[in-house]
Amino acid sequence: MRTIASHFLKPILLILLSLFPMVSAFGEEVWVYSSRKEHLIKPLFDQYKMETGVSVRYVTDKAPPLMARIKAEGRNTRADLFMTVDAGNLWQAGNMGILQPITSPILDKNVPSHLRDSEGRWAGLSIRARAIVYSTKRVAPSELKSYESLADDKWKGRLCLRTSKKVYNQSLVAVMMEHLGAEKTEETISAWVKNLATPVFSNDTKLMEAILAGQCDVGIVNTYYFGRLQKEQPDLPLAIFWPNQADRGVHVNISGAGVTRYGKHPQAAQKLLEWLSSPSAQSTFASLNMEYPVNPAVKKSKEVAAWGEFKADVINVDVAGRNQARAIMLMDRAKYH
Amino acid sequence: MNNTDLFQKLKFDRRLAAGVFLLIMAGSVLLPLGVLGLSWLEIDQEIWAHLLDIVLPSLLVNTLVLLVGVGVLVLLLGVSLAWLTAVCEFPGRKFFDWALMLPLAMPTYVIAFVMVGLLDYSGSLQTFLRGLLGPTFSFPEIRSGGGVVLVLGLVLYPYVYMLARSAFQSQGRGLLDAARVLGYGPWRGFYKVALPMARPAIAGGAALALMEVLADFGAVSVFNYDTFTTAIYKTWYGFFNIHAAGQLASLLLLFVVLALSLERRSRGDARYHQSGKGQRIALMKWKGWAAALFCLFVLSCAFIVPVVKLLMWVVQNQFSDLDERYLKLLAHSFGLAALAAIVTVGIAFVLALIKKTQSSTLVASMVQWATLGYALPGSILAVGIMLSFTFVDKGLGQFYLLLGYDSGPLLVGGVVALVLAYVVRFMAVAFGAIDSGFEQLRPSIIEGARTLGASWQRLLRRIYLPMLAPGLLTAMVLVFVDVMKEMPATLLLRPFGWDTLAVRVYEMTSEGEWERAALPGITLVVAGLIPVLFLVQRSAR
Repeated sequence: MRTIASHFLKPILLILLSLFPMVSAFGEEVWVYSSRKEHLIKPLFDQYKMETGVSVRYVTDKAPPLMARIKAEGRNTRADLFMTVDAGNLWQAGNMGILQPITSPILDKNVPSHLRDSEGRWAGLSIRARAIVYSTKRVAPSELKSYESLADDKWKGRLCLRTSKKVYNQSLVAVMMEHLGAEKTEETISAWVKNLATPVFSNDTKLMEAILAGQCDVGIVNTYYFGRLQKEQPDLPLAIFWPNQADRGVHVNISGAGVTRYGKHPQAAQKLLEWLSSPSAQSTFASLNMEYPVNPAVKKSKEVAAWGEFKADVINVDVAGRNQARAIMLMDRAKYH
Repeated sequence: MNNTDLFQKLKFDRRLAAGVFLLIMAGSVLLPLGVLGLSWLEIDQEIWAHLLDIVLPSLLVNTLVLLVGVGVLVLLLGVSLAWLTAVCEFPGRKFFDWALMLPLAMPTYVIAFVMVGLLDYSGSLQTFLRGLLGPTFSFPEIRSGGGVVLVLGLVLYPYVYMLARSAFQSQGRGLLDAARVLGYGPWRGFYKVALPMARPAIAGGAALALMEVLADFGAVSVFNYDTFTTAIYKTWYGFFNIHAAGQLASLLLLFVVLALSLERRSRGDARYHQSGKGQRIALMKWKGWAAALFCLFVLSCAFIVPVVKLLMWVVQNQFSDLDERYLKLLAHSFGLAALAAIVTVGIAFVLALIKKTQSSTLVASMVQWATLGYALPGSILAVGIMLSFTFVDKGLGQFYLLLGYDSGPLLVGGVVALVLAYVVRFMAVAFGAIDSGFEQLRPSIIEGARTLGASWQRLLRRIYLPMLAPGLLTAMVLVFVDVMKEMPATLLLRPFGWDTLAVRVYEMTSEGEWERAALPGITLVVAGLIPVLFLVQRSAR
């Protein structure tokens, strides 16, 4: 039976196979599923190919569908490395069991411990600070203090926020819950909502444009969006304020990656991950999107350094994942849409 | 074997073949839907309590507002424009006849960010007006229910327009003339005669538009307008509870099934075929110009203004992202769309044929199931398809291992899986257009041909195909354009390196870089115009 099958079916199957996904057998390669955008990772993968000869193939999508795909593909998956933004997503990936713990002295050295998983399933590759942005025409920096102080009455009708559906805000609130407790956080968020000048925005850039147009005076944004706008209009009447410098520090989040549990090239994946945390990759990785390098030994790019030094919150970023669901429920209750 | 025996056998075989085909088609749609059903095995009480208490009440109201608003708008625009261009005569009619289909090529997620970029407080229009009228000037918030209704209505009305237009075109003027002889004015003639006769087509178009509204995520997320679909995504992307998301999606589906079957029941057993052609109603003087102005206004809002805005952004960015990759993106978008259109329309034709020739409730309900994919949010359907395909992959992998191959995943990440996903998603689009063609086919023609001894092959070649050609063509173009615009399933299931224009738009908009999304956006629109114009050329009269 078996021989008949192999005689007659083999050629047919081979033809059929060619219609389906191509599995390349040439050279060493790593497969990456990434929710970090193509134009932010491709230059690095090209550099990696130049330096090591290893080619990196990648597919991009939003994080949750990619995670569902890795999980569904199980042992069949092509993904060797999963790369995404936001600690919440990384924590969920670890939680779903699609990443494997690795021990890597290189990562331990390059990435501060609060920016990676304690079990070694993922590590941060860039830091993104979520700070307050204000109109330099209508606000004096002395009026600002902390995220919580945006709940003050004096900001009534002057505050702009991005949607609570964006994971960056979910992480911000998740961390606030850890520091302040759920009750105090909910009060703060409700007061933010009361202070809103206009319905929440779908992205940070639109928010800053609203401040520029005079619709509101302050908002909360990731600094690289500010940097992008500043690049287009160098004399932007907006500035960054580093909140909570007297207490816990600015909320920071990461983009990062982890080696998948069932990838076919775990060693190659780990090597790529370690390389991405190394000085030669870090400055490119961060500066492509005007973020901060995770590796403390690497200098910030000039534009980013111009925004000044700040004290960052050093709580382990995985709290963003642990509190995420509760944070969303809290924001829903506070009518933060 | 004598002739009767052979005939009997053939008939039986055909019925069997039809059954098998239906089963496979319904199966490939039902498999992903079944995955949604499986989600009910695990119920997270905490999340459900939260959804029911806090989230759903306001969302249901929002969703209803959206459905009613967009429904009314697409009916008003679609039917009135179709009536004008198909039945009346006025200055510029020949131009508007085809131009009014163009908004079809505009993806909802593109017009959404263009309109917000244009009309929001910080947008160019209000900024300009504030400069003119003083800093306190502002107009109603565009990022609101009304804004979403307006934007979705503007790009979804072509579904009603196209189907109603061909219905009005194929209506004989005889009945209308008779109505007028009997004392009906043109308005009453329209309401009492033409509109009821075109009802299957209009209802079909409106159903497509509303299903698209229910499935829409791109536009509502730009407006940050919470609907049932955003709740599905929030449950998945925020709570990371794919089960609860599946449960919500299956409820959405249930609602669609109920709504569709209600509509079909109310249509009852009415028959809608007619024949003959007649004179157009000439709109004189100011009436003609008013009609032209109305058409121009709709066309400007839905197409001309957004396209100009996109072009301005592209020029502002000095075409900075334009490189040779765009040829590849274009080729991928086109190739996938063409392949999917051919396969989907082929299958939809067979489905409609089976439904026409084998009338039984079982067949009817299976056909209905096979067309449900359209109402599902794209990502949910994509995940359902991915889960069922990975399941098949694992089975196939075992089988290949038996033969000594380590095949890896065969379906997921291949072109076949992606095309299948498109087929499942857009079956309703193709089927609607073809089925309304069938409904207008007079049974007497078929009966006549049969009495004259025509074989079914001959029937197919000489009657069905030529008479359904406009419907088939419409179906082909609709699916083609829809596939070009499709984003979530393409993102999840595309083979490595198979980026399309829609993927490129996603990469830009997801980081809020609307100006940079303008280039792939406008390319997508222009590429989508090509098949629409082709259709226009074939169907213009």
